[in-house]
Amino acid sequence: MEKELWKGNEAIAEAAVRAGVNCFFGYPITPQNEIPEYMSARLPEVGGVFVQSESELAAINMVYGASSAGMRAMTSSSSPGVSLKQEGISYMAGAELPGVIVNVMRGGPGLGTIQPSQCDYFQATRGGGNGDYRTIVLAPCNIQEAVDMTQEAFDLADLYRTPVVVLADGMIGQMMEPIVWHDVPKRELPPKDWAANGRRGRDHNNFITSLRMDAPDCEEHNRALQRKYDLITEKEVRWEELDTEDCEILITAYGTPARIATSAIEELRAKGVKAGLFRPKTVWPFPSKRLAEIAAQPSLKAILVVEMSMGQMVEDVQLATKCVKPIGFHGRPGGMFPSVEGIMEQAEKLLKEVQ
Amino acid sequence: MKKQIIISGFGGQGVMSIGKSLVEAAVSEGMHATWVPSYGPEMRGGTANCSVVLSEEPVGSPVFTYPTELIAMNLPSLLKFEPNVVPGGIIFVNSSIIAEKVQRTDVKAVYVPCDTIANELGNAKVSNMVMLGAYIAATKALKVETIQQMLVHMFTGPKAKLVDLNMKALARGAECLEG
Repeated sequence: MEKELWKGNEAIAEAAVRAGVNCFFGYPITPQNEIPEYMSARLPEVGGVFVQSESELAAINMVYGASSAGMRAMTSSSSPGVSLKQEGISYMAGAELPGVIVNVMRGGPGLGTIQPSQCDYFQATRGGGNGDYRTIVLAPCNIQEAVDMTQEAFDLADLYRTPVVVLADGMIGQMMEPIVWHDVPKRELPPKDWAANGRRGRDHNNFITSLRMDAPDCEEHNRALQRKYDLITEKEVRWEELDTEDCEILITAYGTPARIATSAIEELRAKGVKAGLFRPKTVWPFPSKRLAEIAAQPSLKAILVVEMSMGQMVEDVQLATKCVKPIGFHGRPGGMFPSVEGIMEQAEKLLKEVQ
Repeated sequence: MKKQIIISGFGGQGVMSIGKSLVEAAVSEGMHATWVPSYGPEMRGGTANCSVVLSEEPVGSPVFTYPTELIAMNLPSLLKFEPNVVPGGIIFVNSSIIAEKVQRTDVKAVYVPCDTIANELGNAKVSNMVMLGAYIAATKALKVETIQQMLVHMFTGPKAKLVDLNMKALARGAECLEG
């Protein structure tokens, strides 16, 4: 298959089209503007609906509405805009509505900066809005993966009737690289017989809400949601490993920092430092089990977590490994990204400290 | 072979498109390549740059501290990135608007009067193609034929007459390496 050069944001948008998205609702914000821009031209070509909403709040509630009617619906934004969408995402989780939310993260807090960041990890992996819920969070580290994951996100959302977040950073959105449009494996999906799209011969009206006034009923709903999240944790956790068999230091990173780390690991190995990479591809569910296994390897001396934040995923690494090995952290917040040299230096420093 | 290139200049000088042309050509030659723009809150007339990696192996980090080549289309770009170029690397200077010389002695300097040549060819817009021609001639990282094929692809219909102009710009840039 032929390689094509694509910009990250546009590739994500085209991937959604190929996944059969019917409706896109969004409000502009850098660094994800190419997604709605692309959709505004492309979706009408395939009979879809594009609306530039009056606000982020409106966009996510349009997703709620379209999804309720059984459509494949999505929105995209960047950090401050995704914060505004949290109420709607919580309602979708409560009403068990599928939907895809792309967050091309930028530096925060508040309006922050337009440069790439990973500072929304907590928000994305802990639910983000009110209530006991989780969203599936897919974390691509290059454009090919962003394309594959975006397509998969729609199937996952429909399969589990839950919002799915594609958590990218500004670098993935803005950069260009070649990708291949190959067929992404499709899931067998149940019919959307729950959708509020007319009676269609049913003997009842479908009613979609997240409101459950009766406390015992609401408790049972929460338990049912948890069983679903347990099932997702059992079945959908994904990660990638590089040189983990014999490593003394395990660099753990997702997204762009993981990609930068692969170059650092290559150079560390060339210098005789046995480094490896553990890269979560789903950050919720987090690949805790496998990470704990690697942490227990006798050859492993330390773990270095690298993020474009002040340290968020590092808490999941601590939880997963129960800190059986020393855990170091290297973070570049506020729109900066780690360098190959910076990661190497931190890795060597940490190894020296633990020896 | 692995090239880590910084291309930098004023907005409007075509620095982003030099980068895109390099990446596109590399991909069509079967190489791996990445292009990362600086997309900061740049002011009008401010300096913009992009980072390009061309490699026979899959690209790990698309960003880097030490470029193997620097293409400086204006003075602020030369001043900013000259110290970071790897020893033995190449600095390409748009000598039409940069009077200063490269200070480093452990790198090769290539002076290309991009705007002067472009104006001689009758179209100021092709100054970036002049620089691209010089880059390819100096590094041999890509085949010039690949770029030529891209131009034929890019300019069709009423724009087809621009193919010849761009080919000439590439050739004139390459000539700057002779003698």
